[in-house]
Amino acid sequence: MTHASFFAGRELIDEEFKTLPDEHIATRPAIHFDGGQPRCNRCNNTTNFASHPCARCGNICTYCRNCIEMGKISSCTTLYTWIGPPPEHHENAGTLHWTGTLSAGQKTASSNVERAICHSSEHLVWAVAGAGKTEVLFQGIASALFAGKRVCIAAPRSDVVRELAPRLTTVFPDTPPAVLYGGSPDRNTYSPLVIATTHQLYRFYHAFDVLIVDEVDAYPYTFDRSLQFAVQKARKPESALIYLTATPHAEWQSEVKKGKREATLIPARYHRHPLPVPKTEWCGNWKKTNVPKNVLLWVKTKVEEGQRLLIFYSHIDTMEKALPLFKEIDLRIESVHAADPLRKEKVAAMRRQEIPVLLSTTILERGVTFPGIDVAVIGAEDAVFTESALVQLAGRAGRSADYPTGEILFFHYGKTDAMMKAIRQINEMNRLGIERGLIDR
Amino acid sequence: MKLCLLCENETEIESWLPFFGAKAPRLCPKCLEKLVKITGPSCRLCSRPMEESGICSDCEGWGESVFVSNQSLYVYNEAMQSIIARFKYRGDYVLASIFADDVRRMTLAAACDLICAVPLPPTRLAERRFNQSEALIEAAGLAHVSLISRSESDKQSKKSRMERVNATQTFYPIGDAAGKSVLVIDDIYTTGATIRLVAKALMEAGASSVKSITIARSGS
Repeated sequence: MTHASFFAGRELIDEEFKTLPDEHIATRPAIHFDGGQPRCNRCNNTTNFASHPCARCGNICTYCRNCIEMGKISSCTTLYTWIGPPPEHHENAGTLHWTGTLSAGQKTASSNVERAICHSSEHLVWAVAGAGKTEVLFQGIASALFAGKRVCIAAPRSDVVRELAPRLTTVFPDTPPAVLYGGSPDRNTYSPLVIATTHQLYRFYHAFDVLIVDEVDAYPYTFDRSLQFAVQKARKPESALIYLTATPHAEWQSEVKKGKREATLIPARYHRHPLPVPKTEWCGNWKKTNVPKNVLLWVKTKVEEGQRLLIFYSHIDTMEKALPLFKEIDLRIESVHAADPLRKEKVAAMRRQEIPVLLSTTILERGVTFPGIDVAVIGAEDAVFTESALVQLAGRAGRSADYPTGEILFFHYGKTDAMMKAIRQINEMNRLGIERGLIDR
Repeated sequence: MKLCLLCENETEIESWLPFFGAKAPRLCPKCLEKLVKITGPSCRLCSRPMEESGICSDCEGWGESVFVSNQSLYVYNEAMQSIIARFKYRGDYVLASIFADDVRRMTLAAACDLICAVPLPPTRLAERRFNQSEALIEAAGLAHVSLISRSESDKQSKKSRMERVNATQTFYPIGDAAGKSVLVIDDIYTTGATIRLVAKALMEAGASSVKSITIARSGS
């Protein structure tokens, strides 16, 4: 591997490389002091620091606690960037191997994305769950790679990154993407096409001509300003920024409606069926009963009909208390949460249709497809079920062309604004889909 | 407002308590409750949890030594493993302060003349930027004396049990502890091999007895 391909676009600390090139390297201190106030040059943290006598430099060193998981940065740490010629670019890099066709909605988004990429501007793709937003990127990425540009798709969670990677490897076989997440084997692989968790962007500096931020409304990106900083730092000053989401937050929604933000809306799914609309049903105090009577009855009926279900709970403890009651209906019923050691296995078993009902916290609200499921939320009024969370999890139903319909039930102990807004948003999308001829009736 | 050192949520303290000089805890209640103190019957020498108090088979195997006893504070469970990893390997020095009160209290109870840190081999010290044992002592507001030093050696944590038990001496005396009782403070007690080598070097420095305190007790 050449120095250029190892270093290009990255900003690294001593621990991250073996040898330093004799030339073409620029340095800056990792922690910047502004009138005595520290700021981390890697993650832009200005509040979370600590200090100690440093055995390396002999002084009292200040270190950043915000990005310490990426390798410790102290006031005696140096950041290194490559300022030499860029690595060689494969002339076939942009050859797209894809034979699928885009829906009418996808087509509009695809050409708008391509235009934004050509003009190095910003664009938002607001596509309902199941619209097929990944395919919308192919043409734009192809023309960027063809023009010798470097492209990065950043997603907030590593499982989304791992799901995207094989799809892009298939369509750009001449440019296998470098896939970056904590502990990934590609750590030092160079590619003009990078798929990374947002966290990995801390290690890049003015690297990308095109930066695509997937699930831009998802945790932790929206809550973590240093991740937003990482996105800005990783892109070149002159570059395109593409945002993808099914559920932009309120501020962006209103900017789009007022025409203040460039965006393409895909209000309908690629299979041209309307989005299933959630229904609401009162279920009393589910915190006491764990499984309200009408919920149990609904689940029992569905299971007897052979209908598979995804059921969301707001909290692990209520879900765990509910599980044994559901197991009385069918012993194969399982539950899953973020820290579940069998999480991957259970999700895979649900995909293979070996589990009739899967209980889940909001971790499965987005990014997963189980064909032919119905969806229920127990305690839909809970604060974790925001408008966007409800729209996302409702988006799990009716995704595949073979099972384009599905039932979604919000079981609640008092309707909330978020529930009503989520339903309104879904209805609005269906109305727009019909109006634009993207849905068959 | 004080934030939890681990999860960065607010640490709560009853609003009237600061009036009586109480400080906000370094961890929030949720993170705190994951740390499990070692209670109940344990080995009198190394504080390994046992069915009934006595001396565990490991310690019987070690035989006579200047080393008197070890006291460990917490079980080396998942939460403790992640704290130690972040503290020692990631280098989050400030986490030592979580144990400041514990270390101070136990040091007082141990009633030794001197406190000594476990030195790191020079290259490892430069790599880590600080010595975790010194950090624990400093965070507790205590003073330690340099009685021993350490030559280059392989990482203890990468070794098997047999390799550790049969480890060769890398510590050597550099100070004078003539007739003094010495307390050694470190992060983890695993097989006791390190502390016994430290004790041996301290004995060569003239120490009359050696006790140790560790934050965690690992191993079964």
